[in-house]
Formats: sequence, C-alpha cells, structure tokens
Amino acid sequence: MIAQVPEIRFSQAQLQPDPAGQRPAGAAAAEISGVRGYLMARGNSAIADLGFHWLMVLCALTIFGIVALIAAELVIRSKLAWGNFGLDFFYKTYIDTYSKRPIYWDPVNGHFSALPFLYGTLVSSFLGLLMAVPLAIGVAVFLTEMCPRGLRAPLAFLTELLAAIPSVIYGLWAVFVLVPLLREHVNPWLIQLLGWTGFFNDDNPTGLGFVSAGVILAIMILPIVSSLTREVMLAVPHSQREAVLALGATRWEMIHMGVLRNARIGIVGAIILGLGRALGETMAVTMVIGNSLDIQRSLLSNGNTMASAIANQFAEASGDLHLSALMELGLALFIVTIIVNAFARLLVWMVTRGAPSSTH
Amino acid sequence: MRTLTDGVATGLAVLSTVLVVAPLVAVFIYLIYRGASSLSWDFFTQIPKPVGEAGGGMANAIVGSAILLAVGSLIGIPVGIAGGIFLAEYGRGTKFANAIRFTADVLNGVPSIVMGIAVYSLLVVPKFVFSHRILSRYVFHLPNYISHHFASITHFLHIPAEITLGPIAFSFSIGGHFSALSGGVALGIMMIPTVCRTTEEMLLMVPNAVREAALALGVPNWRSVLAITVRTASPGIITGCMLAFARVAGETAPLIFTAFGNVGWSMRLNEPIAALPLQIYVYALSPYDEWHRLAWAGALVLIVLIVLAVSLVRYVTSRGVLKGAS
Repeated sequence: MIAQVPEIRFSQAQLQPDPAGQRPAGAAAAEISGVRGYLMARGNSAIADLGFHWLMVLCALTIFGIVALIAAELVIRSKLAWGNFGLDFFYKTYIDTYSKRPIYWDPVNGHFSALPFLYGTLVSSFLGLLMAVPLAIGVAVFLTEMCPRGLRAPLAFLTELLAAIPSVIYGLWAVFVLVPLLREHVNPWLIQLLGWTGFFNDDNPTGLGFVSAGVILAIMILPIVSSLTREVMLAVPHSQREAVLALGATRWEMIHMGVLRNARIGIVGAIILGLGRALGETMAVTMVIGNSLDIQRSLLSNGNTMASAIANQFAEASGDLHLSALMELGLALFIVTIIVNAFARLLVWMVTRGAPSSTH
Repeated sequence: MRTLTDGVATGLAVLSTVLVVAPLVAVFIYLIYRGASSLSWDFFTQIPKPVGEAGGGMANAIVGSAILLAVGSLIGIPVGIAGGIFLAEYGRGTKFANAIRFTADVLNGVPSIVMGIAVYSLLVVPKFVFSHRILSRYVFHLPNYISHHFASITHFLHIPAEITLGPIAFSFSIGGHFSALSGGVALGIMMIPTVCRTTEEMLLMVPNAVREAALALGVPNWRSVLAITVRTASPGIITGCMLAFARVAGETAPLIFTAFGNVGWSMRLNEPIAALPLQIYVYALSPYDEWHRLAWAGALVLIVLIVLAVSLVRYVTSRGVLKGAS
C-alpha cells in the first residue's frame, strides 16, 4: 500500500492537462474554471447582479442625459437672442438706412435674422437631393437587381467607403478640384443654357456657391440614401418579383412594378434621412459655399447655411447677442434634424419591419 | 418598345453606378497624387513652421489627434457598450429600452457642429470651481505626487518636461478656455450611439441557448453577460467600436470650438491642442501653397488610417461576425 502512493501521485501528474498540448479545449477549460470560481463565491452574487444591472441602466440613462444636456445648453444660451427677437429671428428683414438695401445679419448694429441661412440650408440641401436621389436609386437598383454576383460586394464596399471619407477631405478636394472644374467648364454652360431663368447669373467669378455646395452634398449623402434604399428593396419579398415576372414583364417592369412600388415608402424614408444629413453637414459646405450674408436669386452666387454660419462666426463672435443668436441657429438646426430623422426612421422602420434585414 | 425601355433603364442604372464610383476614384487618385508627393519624413517629425518658411510637418497634430481620440474612446466605448448591453440583455422589448434606442438614433443624427457648440457651452465657457490644486489637495493626491516624481526623473534624464509631463500632469482646471479634454468629450459623445447600436445588434445575434447554458450552471447573471454573451459577440462589438472610431477620427466641426488647434506642441488636456482634421481645414483655406501641400499630405494620412480601419472591419465581418457562437 505504502509503496503504491507515489505511483498514484505520479499518474495524477501525468493526467494533469498539459497547457500547451490542450490548446483547442483551452478556452473551454478556462471558462469552466472561471464558472467554478464564481460558483464558490456565489454568496454576494445578488448584490453584484443588482449592481451590474443598475450600472448598465445608468449608462443607458447617460444617453438620455447627454441629449437633454445638449438641448438644455442650447436653450439656455439662446435665451438672450430669443428674448430680443422672438419669432422675428426667422423671417425679419432689416432695411439699411443709408443704402436702402435689405440686411439680415449685422453683428455691428445688433440685427440678427436667420433668413439667409435658412434659405441657404434649404437651397443647398434641395440641390444636393436633386442630384443624389436619382443616382442613389439607380445604384441601389443596379446593386440589388442587375449586378453580377461577383461585382456586388466590391461595389457595395466602394459606396460604403464613400461614406467613410471625412467631410473635411471632401471639402479639400472640392476647393482644389471640384470648384475649379465647375468654374471653368460647367458654370459657363449653365449660364448660357439657363441664364434666362435668373437662377444662373454671371456675377460670381469664384465658382464658390450653392451649386458647388449642392454637388459636394450630393456626393456626401449618396452612400446613406443608396444603402438604405438597397436595404428597403431587399426587404421586398421575392414572391412579388416572381409574380410580376410570371406575368411576362421585362426586368425593368419587374423592378418598377414589383420592387420600387412596394418599397416606395421606405425609399422616401431613405431620402428624408439623406436630407437630415444634408441639413447638418458642415465642413465641406463651409469650405465651398462662399459665406455671404445676403440672399441672392442666382444659384451660382455665394451663400451660407445654418451650419456654415456657426462654423464661420462662432469663434470670432462679437458680443453676447451675436453668440446667443448663433446658439439659437444651432438650436433650430438641432430641432429640425431631430424631427427629420425621427420621421425618416419611422418610414424605414415601417417597411423593413418583419422582413429579414439582409437576404442577399 | 418594352425591351427598349428595359435597355434604357439598365443603361441608366449602370450609368448612375459609374457616376457614383467616379467621384470616389477621383478623390482617391487626386489625394494620392497630391498627398504622396508632399509626404516626407519631416511631416511626421516636425511641427508647423511659420508662414513663408519651407518644410515643417504635422507631428503635433498627429499626436494631438491620437490624444483626442484616446479621450473620446475612453468616454464613448464603455458607455456605448454598456448602453448596448442594457438594450439587448436587460431592457429587451420594454418601452424604456425603445426610448433609449430612439434617443441614441437622435444623438446619431445631431449635426456635428451643434455637438461642437453644445460642448463648447458645457465645458469651455464655464469656469469650474474644481481647479487642479483644490482637487489634488483635498480629493485626489495622485496627480501632484506623480508629476513631482516624474519631474525629478525627467530632469535627471534631460528629457524636455513638456513632452513627458504633458499627459501625466493632468489638471482638473477645465473651463474659461479651449481644451483638449472638451474636444475629446465631444468626440466621445459622438461615438456613443454607433457603439451602442452595434453592440445591441451583435448581442441580439447571440443565441439564447448560450445564455441559458451559462445560467443553468449557476453563474450569476452579470457574469454570464460579461463572460459569455459579450465575449461571444466581441468581434462584432470591436467592429462597431472601430467604425465609430473611424467616423470621429475625421470629425472637424466639433473640434473647432473645443480643441481649437495649436501650432506648437501641447499634450496637456486643459490646453488647446492640435488635431489633424482641424489642421487640414485651416491649411486648405489658407492662401499659401506650402500649407496646401501639407493639407494634402495630412488628408492622405487621415484617409489611409480610416480606410485601414474600415477594411479591417469589412474583413472581420466577412469572416463571420459570430464565428464562435454556435
């Protein structure tokens, strides 16, 4: 008996799992020992559980808190401007006593009216959407219905990459490549062709302005509109396509009747989401829109958006009222983007609800 | 006629795809062409030279961006992941969770410039009573202690105190002026919604059987969440964090009024700090060719970092996000 003891010990040592040899089961073994450890110290798990739960709730509440804090800060800081101008802030036009010309934003004399910025935001976003939406739908149709399987993933990746490029780099590219291109080749042509409408005047030699901003916005919102449109189109059940094809439709008729018609609410949602992005886009637009404080009819003239006005003037704001007016501009932008985004999310959610999100 | 329409439609779809890919290719080619010709070793080691002098680089902006992103990640990633865990594990299907989810989407849609002015009025304008000295004297002795000892070490080694002491002599006197900390906070807040929503989506993909198995072993719930569920979904969660990181790495608008930019070396969290996107913005709008050249080089560095991150994400997701799950 006594002689056997060392032998048993020896065999136990042999049986010990070799950490190097047991690699495949290593993770599982670590899990089990961890589990055992906690089984042994289970006495305080109720408190730990509760603590963890509330920590997670706290972090989730932080998200609420941040949005509330942003809103509160903007409201508090814009109180001065709101008290001074009220609703006039959004539409009033002041007339200069000497030149008899309308002025809107005059920090020196303390006149602040956001009208040119509202106008600029709407016009540049609208131009951007006008160019982006047909292209985005075209890309989505091509990627979901026509594209050979091998090309699909790289193209989707490329459009994704388009979304990953920072806005300041788009701005840089626009300043040095796009604006000269438009100035030399596109704008003269626009003036010649559409000059009679009054929307394309030949009085701005810089090339900066609404059209440049619209083009760069279109490039920037394309990825989000096209990827959401794609998602919505993929959510259309295959039986719809097959039913239309079975009636003898061509491919385009199938896309038109079977897919686009069913997905139209979601596509509108995607477009509105793109609008939300365009409204708040700052850097690239600031760099190419030209920053004027007037409202001009010509789309080739310099303009300003709400975001670009903040970006340009905030650091050198003269006085409390100016700062407060810019804060109110920010608050307006905040509220508008929340409404637009919520509405768009609702539309997209209505369509993709219940459908498998990615079936490609 | 119908076949003709079909052909035209197909042609238009192909044309629009080409038109969409064209600017991307144009941006990249031009960026590489201009950026690569201006990149040099100096770019990574020198700080900006005064106007008119040739050379100079963006070393301070690269380091500054790294510090800002580190602060942002420290804030955004834990809060985002915790929020995602709450949405997926604790609040599934409740009204409260739906409200949080909606708020996260709202936060995602807040224009970055609005985020900038909100953080400006939160952290840059007010002067906090908690200054560095008060806090370190009564509450937290560590910073003084470390910086004191570090000062002697750096003095001994003849290292410029500015470089080594910067990140360590963290002071709590925020406010009254632009600071790196406020810029980092702005970036962190912008990371939260992306991290939160991807974490939630990834956790929802973990099969319930895994959770039940863990609980059946008598593991406390929190331990099961952290060691089993989150761990199973970790590749996907890391992907989300990388995406959020890549997104805020190029953000300029929230930094203009918070981090503000700096032409010299600064690594202190309570002072204005340089950042790559900010520097690109300032240089792009300057009238000097030399600065344009630097802006292109900076843009190339930034885009390479971001494309690397996105491709890595793509690679991880294409390999199957939840490979170890089932």
